[in-house]
Amino acid sequence: MTAPIETDVVIVGAGPVGLFAVFELGLLDLKAHVIDILDRPGGQCTELYPEKPIYDIPGFPIVTGQGLVENLMEQIKPFHPTFHLSQQVESLTRLDDGRVQLTTDAEQAFIAKVVVIAAGGGSFQPKRPPVPGIEAYEGTSVFYAVRKMEAFRGEEIVIVGGGDSALDWTLNLQPIAKRVTLIHRRDDFRAAPHSVEQMRKLVAEGAMDLVIGQVTGLEGADGKLSAATVKLSDNSLTTIPATRLLPFFGLTMKLGPIANWGLNLHENLVPVDTEKFETSEAGIFAIGDINWYPGKLKLILSGFHEGALMAQAAKRIVAPGERIIFQYTTSSTNLQKKLGVV
Amino acid sequence: MPKITYIAFDGTPYEVEAPLGSTVMENAVKHMVPGIEAECGGACACATCHVYVDDAWTAVTGSPEPMEEDMLDFAYDVRPTSRLSCQLKVKPEYDGLVVRIPERQA
Ligand SMILES: Cc1cc2nc3c(=O)[nH]c(=O)nc-3n(C[C@H](O)[C@H](O)[C@H](O)COP(=O)(O)OP(=O)(O)OC[C@H]3O[C@@H](n4cnc5c(N)ncnc54)[C@H](O)[C@@H]3O)c2cc1C
Ligand code: FES
Repeated sequence: MTAPIETDVVIVGAGPVGLFAVFELGLLDLKAHVIDILDRPGGQCTELYPEKPIYDIPGFPIVTGQGLVENLMEQIKPFHPTFHLSQQVESLTRLDDGRVQLTTDAEQAFIAKVVVIAAGGGSFQPKRPPVPGIEAYEGTSVFYAVRKMEAFRGEEIVIVGGGDSALDWTLNLQPIAKRVTLIHRRDDFRAAPHSVEQMRKLVAEGAMDLVIGQVTGLEGADGKLSAATVKLSDNSLTTIPATRLLPFFGLTMKLGPIANWGLNLHENLVPVDTEKFETSEAGIFAIGDINWYPGKLKLILSGFHEGALMAQAAKRIVAPGERIIFQYTTSSTNLQKKLGVV
Repeated sequence: MPKITYIAFDGTPYEVEAPLGSTVMENAVKHMVPGIEAECGGACACATCHVYVDDAWTAVTGSPEPMEEDMLDFAYDVRPTSRLSCQLKVKPEYDGLVVRIPERQA
């Protein structure tokens, strides 16, 4: 484990609300580190609806999910947030000096005076395909991501899906596998056309198999997979030898480790007060879709407001006794200096 | 107003009056038809509003756009008559439409 990063604020979640919190904290001179399990910022906006229009962001009659996130990234640039992407915050513990330690699954630790949970609907995680009994093979024969390619060498690999992940791993694992079979429900792929072409070439050369159908069952024992049952488009069943299964069925949001952080929960949400948006634990705030209070609306604009109020309370924790002067960005040269516009 | 019948997985029929221009998903949610989750609220981003259009009605409902086809990849037990009900906008011709709800939403 590398040395812990010590900072004022750690923000868990780089969705729109976590991003705007960087801005509000920055105006109060608080520096933030932002952690997300996804490999890019934007949360639901970039992951679920990048191209779709949003009509209820104040001041923007219309903006796409992607567009909003790009604007937010531009807006927070002056505050130089440090992003730690592709890692999940696993644990959160209180240190004796009152600060909070967080640790990610990439073995990075953080020590912060303030933690802002902006975790939305929870961590984005691979969807488990609805195949009966699949749980029994997870982590031994069934994987939702490839961490070490070596674990796949010489194996009979079945990859399910039609997007970029499915096609990329088909092409990457084909040279080291005993055999690769790609299964997709239709002979049409969402993945980048050149990877589809490469895959079709390998199939034509007899170097791998493509099966059009849906996985309906698994065979094996003690966590060791031996075959997958596939329903073909004519409804007949076939069995494909498989010692490894890699299903790529997109992402879904799961609360994840937050449930074990010792916070009060209300139906998988984190209750907060509406003055500071603080949780049951001092110095730990929750803003955006993850929080709950009477009247809560899961809207981006509400999350922005929550971030502004949270930042005031965070400042009082990081710099106790310092007077906070209320200022407008329009007229305060002090704020404009921070924004780099004067 | 067109009438739509949803047949739940257990066989129970739900007949519902569906305003023109609303979606088949919205009417299911409004009338609490079991088995339609519609997590994304109709944005064609979740595939949890999956239905099977009755064979007699597939000509009327037509075939999915590429975006819907892509999202159907994430649904469970997809068949030739599979549709995402949030992408079916009620038209006068839909009067009498029958859709079946799958065993589960992915
Ligand atoms: C299809 C669709 C359309 C929508 N349309 C609108 C609209 O028109 N207007 C509107 O206001 N809202 C809309 N919303 C809702 C809006 O997207 C959410 O309110 C908003 O994304 C919430 O932002 P957030 O930052 O709180 O959380 P999210 O966007 O959910 O981001 C949270 C992030 O935290 C990460 N995370 C969680 N736990 C961890 C962990 N332990 N470690 C690391 N990372 C973690 C997640 O991976 C995620 O990236 C829509 C939502 C959907 C799905
Ligand atoms: S409601 Fe999400 S895809 Fe239809």
